[in-house]
Amino acid sequence: MTDPKTEILTRIRAALRPAPAVPAIPRAYHRAGTQPTTGAIDRFCERAAEYRATVHRTTPAGLTTTIAAALGDAARVGVPAGFPPLGREVVEDEQLSVEQLDRLDAVVTGSALAIAETGTIILDGGPRSGRRALTLVPDHHVCIVDAAAIVPAVPDAIARLARDGRPLTFVSGPSATSDIELDRVEGVHGPRRLDIVVVS
Amino acid sequence: MSFQTAARETLADAQLRRNLGQATALIRAKRERAVAEVPDWEALRDAGEAIKAHALATLPEQLERLQAAVAAAGGVVHWARDGAEANRIVAAIAREQGTDEVIKVKSLATDEIGLNEALADVGVHAIETDLAELIVQLAGDRQSHILVPAIHRNRAEIRALFERTIAQGQSLGDEASAIAEAARLHLRAKFLSVPVAVSGANFAIAETGTIGVVESEGNGRMCLTLPRVLITVMGIEKVLPAWEDLDVFLQLLPRSSTAERMNPYTSLWTGVTPGDGPREFHLVLLDAGRTDVLADPIGRPALHCIRCSACLNVCPVYERVGGQAYESVYPGPIGAILTPQLHGLHAAPSLPWASTLCGACYQVCPVKIDIPSILVHLRERVVREEKSRLAPEALAMKGLATAFATRRRYETAQRLAQLGRGPLAKAALPGWTAMRDLPQPPRKTFRDWWKTRETPAAAPPPDAAPPPNAAATPQPAAPARDSEPAP
Repeated sequence: MTDPKTEILTRIRAALRPAPAVPAIPRAYHRAGTQPTTGAIDRFCERAAEYRATVHRTTPAGLTTTIAAALGDAARVGVPAGFPPLGREVVEDEQLSVEQLDRLDAVVTGSALAIAETGTIILDGGPRSGRRALTLVPDHHVCIVDAAAIVPAVPDAIARLARDGRPLTFVSGPSATSDIELDRVEGVHGPRRLDIVVVS
Repeated sequence: MSFQTAARETLADAQLRRNLGQATALIRAKRERAVAEVPDWEALRDAGEAIKAHALATLPEQLERLQAAVAAAGGVVHWARDGAEANRIVAAIAREQGTDEVIKVKSLATDEIGLNEALADVGVHAIETDLAELIVQLAGDRQSHILVPAIHRNRAEIRALFERTIAQGQSLGDEASAIAEAARLHLRAKFLSVPVAVSGANFAIAETGTIGVVESEGNGRMCLTLPRVLITVMGIEKVLPAWEDLDVFLQLLPRSSTAERMNPYTSLWTGVTPGDGPREFHLVLLDAGRTDVLADPIGRPALHCIRCSACLNVCPVYERVGGQAYESVYPGPIGAILTPQLHGLHAAPSLPWASTLCGACYQVCPVKIDIPSILVHLRERVVREEKSRLAPEALAMKGLATAFATRRRYETAQRLAQLGRGPLAKAALPGWTAMRDLPQPPRKTFRDWWKTRETPAAAPPPDAAPPPNAAATPQPAAPARDSEPAP
């Protein structure tokens, strides 16, 4: 008996016989670098807010105050290991267990990129974004977005993301479901509150 | 059961039609707005169609590249010729982990191959974590929509179901958020403790070995991140050649599916990443009939489908009969072309007729699958390959071939048709005449009329049927009553 892989590939080659035309891919859509960057920051803030993220705009000097306001009375606040100081007590994620993550009231991280057109933040598992579980288990995520990292459209983000195999998470608003009468309800399994702090 | 029989049952359910009508009208309007704000939508559709056609035309190469990239990133790739083989692979990995539970992200591929049932047979309970899948699982129901499997249930029905099952003794109230909260509480302990997760995939990038899952609730992230072991079951047609292809599909899919600019969460992962997420990753590449679809050049584009469900939401047939009448995990227009091709025409011979051929599905399809043309092609194939050669239609066609062979036979047949219409024909063609009127043969045929016309003395009697081409051939001797002014 042939192994499954060989058999499937043989079936595919037989199914495609005679060799079908391999179409060229017309990329006439707005590709990376074609969309204007002016207004991208405002647009990002507006669209992220439409998806019920709470958006704050600040400067590097106002960052700790803005984060403190976004955190409210959260007592146990997690951050990625080695995260710049927030001027308050934090729990660094030195491979915290899920139970420890579950006990956090909130988490503060940075992000890799953001997309204006869709109000999306992108986490890349690096030292600013933290590992995936950190921004998933706690119920409140405060995410810092560097205004310089806001790109106009989806293809701009795809072109700029590293292809080195690190896990990527695109986040557009807090966890939601449309499964009940196709009506969007915020807050299912992911963080139910998402605060985005845009620094420029 | 044929689609027509199943549809008769679901059509009788007024609640179901109300729920569906409301939900599909809402999502249709939302999708239109989401698409209208993208100026290059048609260019994205053209690219999407071409990328899929390109990927299928070069499928062996793309799958080899994918396997190599996944393996290089620490993943293990398995190949499954059919559903049973895929199920055995998943069950073996789960049992190796010593678990009697796995958590699942919504996956049509695993629904298609009956993975949950296969796991149950070896003592492993599969927990559906998508809200709609959970509703379907708790109700012992069947899915009725690709995106929202419980679309046929309204809020009050879901509330009642939860109060009977996962939220016993509680009163959830009428807010959808309270229902979502009940699901959150019920599943949270599972997310934090079950060691094995099973997912599907929206796409896999051959170039980098990256797998993508697009979702809303965060149940996907939970399953893809927290367990020790992740198993992804993916149809071989889901592979995309290049990283850049994400440009296209991360725009086409959310706007066509949930009608959002972007869905709340998209996870992209490549093999395993030390210290972040599962320690083991298995990718199961599934054939299960896909190579049969590939073998039919006209039906092949059915494999382009990205499971957005836009075609369901615009289909006048789906909106009235609901997904369950299609008796497949793939309902609606796409199901009508996918199910009979995946499982064989004999398994669903009536589905190609579950359509009015209005073409709305083709217009909204983000990858431009010409569903109406494939439906017509499959109708032809069903008649050619599946209907018995003794079936009335086949016999009738054979009879016609004989009758048309000579002039004398043709004329005799016409006279017989005049005599035989009515009860005789209805008895011979019961299926045909159940839903159609048999055309009335004219009392006088064209040939009879022509013969009488050739004798100048014999003017056509007043009741003669006008010749079909009377207007085109001005003949003073043949007064045609309905003739129009000559051009």
